[in-house]
Amino acid sequence: MTEDYYLRRANGVREPDPTLGKKPRLPQPTEQAVVESVPAGPEPPPEPEHHTKIKRQRVVLADPKRASSSLRARVELEEQTSWGKLLVKDLVKVQLRTALLFSVLVIAVFGALPVLFYLLPGFAALTLAGIPIPWLILGVAPFPFLFGVGLWYNMLAERHERDFVDMIEN
Amino acid sequence: MQLNPWALAGIVLVAVVTFYLGHRSSRSATSTHDFLVARRTVRSRRNAAAISGEYLSAASFLGIAGIVLKDGADALWFPIGFTAGYLALMLFVAAPLRRSGAYTLPDFLEARLGSKTLRRFATAFVVFIGVLYMVPQLQGAGLTLATIFPVPGWSGAVAVMVLVAFNVIAGGMRAITVVQAFQYWLKLFAIAAPAFVLCLVFFSGGSPGGYRSLGAPAPPAFISDTTVTVQTDVTLRVTTDTYLWAYGMTDSGPAAGPTHWTPAAAHTVSEGTKLRFLAGTPVPVVSDSVVQNSDWLHPGSGSLTDLLQTYSLMFATFLGTMGLPHVLVRFYTNPDGKAARRTTVHVLLLLGLFYLFPTLLGALSRMYVPELLVTGKTDAAILRLPTAILPGVAGQILTAVVAAGAFAAFLSSTSGLLVSVAGVVSTDLLPGRVRDFRVATGLVALAPIALAVSLRPEDISLSIGLTFALAASTFCPLLVLGIWWRKLSWPGALAGMMVGGGLVLTALVVNVVSGYTGGWAPWFVNQPALITVPVAFVTTYLVSRVTGYGRPDHVHDIMLRLHAPDPLGFMRDRAVARFGQAEEKTRLAVRGRHRK
Repeated sequence: MTEDYYLRRANGVREPDPTLGKKPRLPQPTEQAVVESVPAGPEPPPEPEHHTKIKRQRVVLADPKRASSSLRARVELEEQTSWGKLLVKDLVKVQLRTALLFSVLVIAVFGALPVLFYLLPGFAALTLAGIPIPWLILGVAPFPFLFGVGLWYNMLAERHERDFVDMIEN
Repeated sequence: MQLNPWALAGIVLVAVVTFYLGHRSSRSATSTHDFLVARRTVRSRRNAAAISGEYLSAASFLGIAGIVLKDGADALWFPIGFTAGYLALMLFVAAPLRRSGAYTLPDFLEARLGSKTLRRFATAFVVFIGVLYMVPQLQGAGLTLATIFPVPGWSGAVAVMVLVAFNVIAGGMRAITVVQAFQYWLKLFAIAAPAFVLCLVFFSGGSPGGYRSLGAPAPPAFISDTTVTVQTDVTLRVTTDTYLWAYGMTDSGPAAGPTHWTPAAAHTVSEGTKLRFLAGTPVPVVSDSVVQNSDWLHPGSGSLTDLLQTYSLMFATFLGTMGLPHVLVRFYTNPDGKAARRTTVHVLLLLGLFYLFPTLLGALSRMYVPELLVTGKTDAAILRLPTAILPGVAGQILTAVVAAGAFAAFLSSTSGLLVSVAGVVSTDLLPGRVRDFRVATGLVALAPIALAVSLRPEDISLSIGLTFALAASTFCPLLVLGIWWRKLSWPGALAGMMVGGGLVLTALVVNVVSGYTGGWAPWFVNQPALITVPVAFVTTYLVSRVTGYGRPDHVHDIMLRLHAPDPLGFMRDRAVARFGQAEEKTRLAVRGRHRK
């Protein structure tokens, strides 16, 4: 899911390393131009018997539009104009607020459990299909819960970053 | 123990595969970047498997089942805390930490606060935490080998360290990434397969003491006539009048025949004593564990102290994970901040999957191997369980699978710790070339070996709890405040680290002393995080408020780099001038001569 993004980076210093865990190969030089294969245009109708024909390739050295707009935004942010500072502060605030909200949620859920078991011994003695409910609550349920929270937070954090990039580039 | 050829084969197989994978991936490791951060090119899914593989240490693989056997429902907070720690890491640390472009934890602190002094202290703590964490791994390795073959305890520790050091010297981070990812899946198999088989046997054959015997307000009972040899001095408690045969030294003098214990007092049994029990006898348990099955089954059935201890454990594990140097160093291997965050989501999934099984096996071992409660060696529960349920070859093969998984746990955790500590030592104390990394690895490997052989083997999970408390009280405030709070100053960070770390170290010393002199220490010495973490945070905050001069001048630039989304391209690798870019180096190397 991340691969396409790294490979497409025009100014990227690195891309996911194909050699890791496989037979060692010579590393690809990274500053080579990005070569994208282009599907055949609409004019020549696709002829399945002509497979030997060499496919057309488009060589893209850099994406000029994207590069210039993100460059301008970078300069703006890097020069620390009051506008740039405000933007970054805003982003940090939004991300921090999200993180704090999620941690409050998790702390509230897990923090309540020991008190619950301590104050209500009757609840701790309940069973479901022969298995005591506390064992299900403590031994099984937390893991899907934590994974779900993580997934949700990841979605939100990435959305905030996307929004920020969109805002900068427009 | 009887010799189990299957287990020997399993362990040898794991060692060979580990060595082979490490050797294969280390052939492409040439630069310092390879050795420290695997060229920062590990994809999020593989990195997640590697992080989980490294994180599931002896404490997770053996310790959790052991502590469930001993403490019951209250022990379930360990796996929860171990997993939730990654959520905290993801919420507050993962992406900005990677974007800082640092290559070790001290390097991050210098990048953020610009202080060499702080960096040096952080180095000391990283080395200390790393060594403290390696010791239980090595002791666990010794325990596992000694459970399976008749070898002295230190041989397992030495074998693990030699194998790991060999891999790390050959390829550093690059070599161990693949090894750790492989070892996660191996460990998952090694704990899931026995759990499935043993549960099938359990449900088809019924349990020895009846299905619901765990809920009865009585201690567990021996399922057959059992002879237990006590290997270290223990203090045992019984709840009913218990008849047994003792051969050796007990608190009532030398014994060589039938004896009778009353619940009125605790009974001390000396090393080397043999105790024989008839089937159906209630099991005496070591004095610090839960006696009654009903208490064992219900969480929070203890006193208010237990409740506070539970909260303290939560504090330590939730916040300690983000301070563990070997966990953090794996996050530097991601390509960018977004990948670091995604890695953590995968880790939450992989850990959650794994932690379902140790609990199950711990509960089964309460029924089938209660004699471990007499000797106090509860960490061996998973290793003893298969043969107790399934006598014969089937049980031996399952034991072999478990032993192989346990061995993988020692190997992967130790290798991650060794890489992170050696990386810090080689860049902070030595010039940081590849050769320095190799020298540092050799040096660092010696310290934990010496400690593991000389220290008293405590319960694995317990000392891990103190390590988490130390990480939570030193690095957690620095990371969280450093990433989110502009006004953090380096004197504040240093003060917080020293106060938090100092308090935990005091607790550690007091704990060891009290362990030798009768266990008089109160609960917060055992589990100090509930006090030390808030104290560390408050100290950091207050001192930073007072010492405004200690803030870096370009704090806005730093915050921009930490938080700006990756596509904007603010991320810069630190120390490029020192180590060079990995890509440039390899290209230069390739240009000179033909390879392949």
